[in-house]
Amino acid sequence: MTAPLLSVEGVSVELPTPRGALRAVDNVDLALAPGRTLGIVGESGCGKTMLSRAILQLLPKRARLGGRVMFAGRDLTNLPAEALRRLRGPELAVVFQDPMTSLNPVLTIGTQIIETLQAHLGMDAAAAATRGVELLAAVGIPAPAQRLRQYPHQLSGGMRQRVAIAIALSCEPKLLIADEPTTALDVTVQAQILDLLAREQQRRHMAMILITHDLGVVAGRTDEVAVMYAGRIVERAPTSRLFAGMRMPYTEALLAAIPKLDSPPHTPLPAIAGRPPDPTRPLAGCSFAPRCRYADGRCRAAKPPLGDPERAGTLYACWHPLGLSESASA
Amino acid sequence: MAVLDLEVDTAVVSPVRKRRRVGALFLAAVAWIVLIGLAAALAGALPIVSPTDMDILARRAPPGAEHWLGTDQLGRDEFSRLIYGARISLTVGLLAPVIGVLIGGSLGMLAGYFRGRFETLTVGGVDVLLAFPPLVFVLAVTAYLGQSVLNITLVIGVLGIPAFTRVARAVTLSLSEREFVVAARALGATHARILLRELLPNVALPLVAFFLLGVAVTIVVEGALSFLGLGVPPPAPSWGSMIAEGRENLDIAPWLAFLPALFMFLSVLAFNIVGDTLRALTDPRPGAL
Amino acid sequence: MASFVGKRLLYLLPVLLAVSLLTFLIASLLPGDLAYTILGDQATPERLAALRAQMGLDLPIWQRYGLWLWDVVHGDLGRSFRTGETVLGAVLDRLPVSIELMVLAELMGLAIGIPLAILCAVKSGSAVDRFLTGLAFGNLSLPSFMMAILLIYLFAVQLNWLPATGWVPFSEDPLGNLRSFVLPALTLAFAEWPALMRILRSDMIATLQEDYIAMAKAKGLRPARILFVHALKPSSLTLVTVTGINIGRLIGGALIVETIFALPGIGRLLVGAIYARDFIILQGVVLFVAAGFVVVNFIVDMLYAVLDPRIRHGRA
Repeated sequence: MTAPLLSVEGVSVELPTPRGALRAVDNVDLALAPGRTLGIVGESGCGKTMLSRAILQLLPKRARLGGRVMFAGRDLTNLPAEALRRLRGPELAVVFQDPMTSLNPVLTIGTQIIETLQAHLGMDAAAAATRGVELLAAVGIPAPAQRLRQYPHQLSGGMRQRVAIAIALSCEPKLLIADEPTTALDVTVQAQILDLLAREQQRRHMAMILITHDLGVVAGRTDEVAVMYAGRIVERAPTSRLFAGMRMPYTEALLAAIPKLDSPPHTPLPAIAGRPPDPTRPLAGCSFAPRCRYADGRCRAAKPPLGDPERAGTLYACWHPLGLSESASA
Repeated sequence: MAVLDLEVDTAVVSPVRKRRRVGALFLAAVAWIVLIGLAAALAGALPIVSPTDMDILARRAPPGAEHWLGTDQLGRDEFSRLIYGARISLTVGLLAPVIGVLIGGSLGMLAGYFRGRFETLTVGGVDVLLAFPPLVFVLAVTAYLGQSVLNITLVIGVLGIPAFTRVARAVTLSLSEREFVVAARALGATHARILLRELLPNVALPLVAFFLLGVAVTIVVEGALSFLGLGVPPPAPSWGSMIAEGRENLDIAPWLAFLPALFMFLSVLAFNIVGDTLRALTDPRPGAL
Repeated sequence: MASFVGKRLLYLLPVLLAVSLLTFLIASLLPGDLAYTILGDQATPERLAALRAQMGLDLPIWQRYGLWLWDVVHGDLGRSFRTGETVLGAVLDRLPVSIELMVLAELMGLAIGIPLAILCAVKSGSAVDRFLTGLAFGNLSLPSFMMAILLIYLFAVQLNWLPATGWVPFSEDPLGNLRSFVLPALTLAFAEWPALMRILRSDMIATLQEDYIAMAKAKGLRPARILFVHALKPSSLTLVTVTGINIGRLIGGALIVETIFALPGIGRLLVGAIYARDFIILQGVVLFVAAGFVVVNFIVDMLYAVLDPRIRHGRA
């Protein structure tokens, strides 16, 4: 078994608020091997973005980080600022959700690509410009040479995200984190961007973390899926096995909420009732219990641990996992 | 002088942070205002010598028992002159912004409420007034009209109108669309009633805050005028003219310049603190105008 | 871009016209008679009448305005009865000194304000930030004439490093010229830096929270580059606008400073005209200064568009 490229160990993120400490991420463990893709799925507010920021060491000043993030054998949480800066780009890269806000509006596309190349690869301006054009072409942007002189607001949403991807890939990173890369884009463009990411990932044998709220996005594009709820990982399994037989009622509900092409017209979408719990007031029992249709007294009384009782490489935290008899869980 | 900029600025220090510090500062500022205000108002009744009495034998005397804060180059008692100077500064300082707040506030409210051509005219007129560097305007008008407490107060007052118009208009604009105004109109309330009963109470607090800031600015402008000798005519002692006179004696009796400067600084600072605190309370994010 | 400039120009003209009207109206506030003021109370009624006719003082006010405006547009702002020089000539003679003072003052103000603003923005909320912000606030309560006295006392009287008054033209003695500007420009700079620093600090704090700054960090760029290229540029819009407006506004403060430090600028010309009751010069200078201010604001508007490409392309 190859050593994992990324190993997230017991990571938690706490934010101080006037109403008390907010636990945005609660004791998360993850591992990702080189060249593999992990999908992290969850509703808004489940902590998936905070988790990605924790991995990247880009948390807001007031946040408190617990646990370790091991990347290529180094503990990122203990790395000095300069060493961290040097591995951002050539080893670790990120694509944010909204390219309109993640690209600097007063700098040209060219400047934003070229500066990365110059900072890490030591290229001179001319060489970097040539390489920039190549990168833009590789992500499918037409007339790349002209784009260098343009500003982000002059491009469409899909193009801007392609630019962001080109920038992220420019220094050949070992790991790319894509945080909801298609959420801010039109539906028609979403598939193109996701395919682009998958293609590049294959070509470069790059590890990738795909963060999304849409289970449909990770199907067929990831090797493993982790489902997050209320700051914790509640289920984790290889993708095919997750879809074939999911254990968490939450995951089941997420899947049911995806509109399907072959349903009869006007089929009501089974939305998940209720809302995620208030992070400043954690519940004693299972966080999902108030919205779960299988919940009972035990669920409300005690938090189910995240475990792998079937010893099949699949993790879940539920007193009454789906597809198994009542007595199967610990 | 950037001090004359009364515009609703971009949000500065977050009000939460400032409130803790300003608690003690705020009280100190209010205390100073009360102190100097009382001293100025009761100057005639206080047991101090006349500010115009010249003690030739004790010219430029340092602070001492006979003259608490010393004497100026003509032997006049500094302490007394400072108190009487406060009279001038505070009189002009308090009266001039009243003109601004009454006229400017009303214009702004009417412009923000009725919109249309009236608003365009008002805003345009205000913009033209703002096109004049303030001190130039004041100097020019007092040059033509003549120097007197009345004229100076009038001119500075008129100069303050744009700032109050802007504030009143901004607040009125943001309130006019709110439910309670729409509801009042639906219930058949007259314009006058809406303006006076619904809008005025809300506009009042920001206007008071700006009024206090206006006092600070007015004290400075009056001081500048007096410093140039173009303010309140002599022999009335004004802090500004005292500073100008003190300038002649910087090498031998620097306190003659610094004492009135200190008094003016403290007064301006006090009004700025109080006004700014109120402004932060009413309008933590002034936003765009 | 052309239509943008064109639209703004259409605004400019009515404002300039209104400014000229207001200046004229102020001048007409003079109680009594301009002819009387010029000739003094020794003048005979015949001489007064003759002068009035010559100056057109007995025409209706709107006609006088029209004639005056006509002259102004043709570059004739009048001629001083006292000194005999043309108003325009007097103004243009002294304009370079005032401009030099205002530009130096604003540059010094920026030199103080910008580094402090960046420092405060980066360390926002810390003791340093609170101290500097408090200092800025306090400085605002110290008007320029007070600051001038303070600086003169410190540098001229006590330390004797810099001259308290006196001015030499640049062409004669560049170093001496600059030396004579240090205290006056510094005085004004102290009045300028608080507002500049507040604005930049506030904008930078907001910018530093933007996603594209997090992205710049995620790209592994050097902190200096992130600060000065990615953060400073988008934060500088308001600063540039205010700087431009302030340079024009400085005329008010420059007035006092020029008088205190005896610099032969427009401000001193104005004050001198008031002392001498030379109303012709006064009227001309007031018009010049106000119109100049309006024009400077206009130019600043244009500069704004250069800095923010979104405005240029019509998509603010």
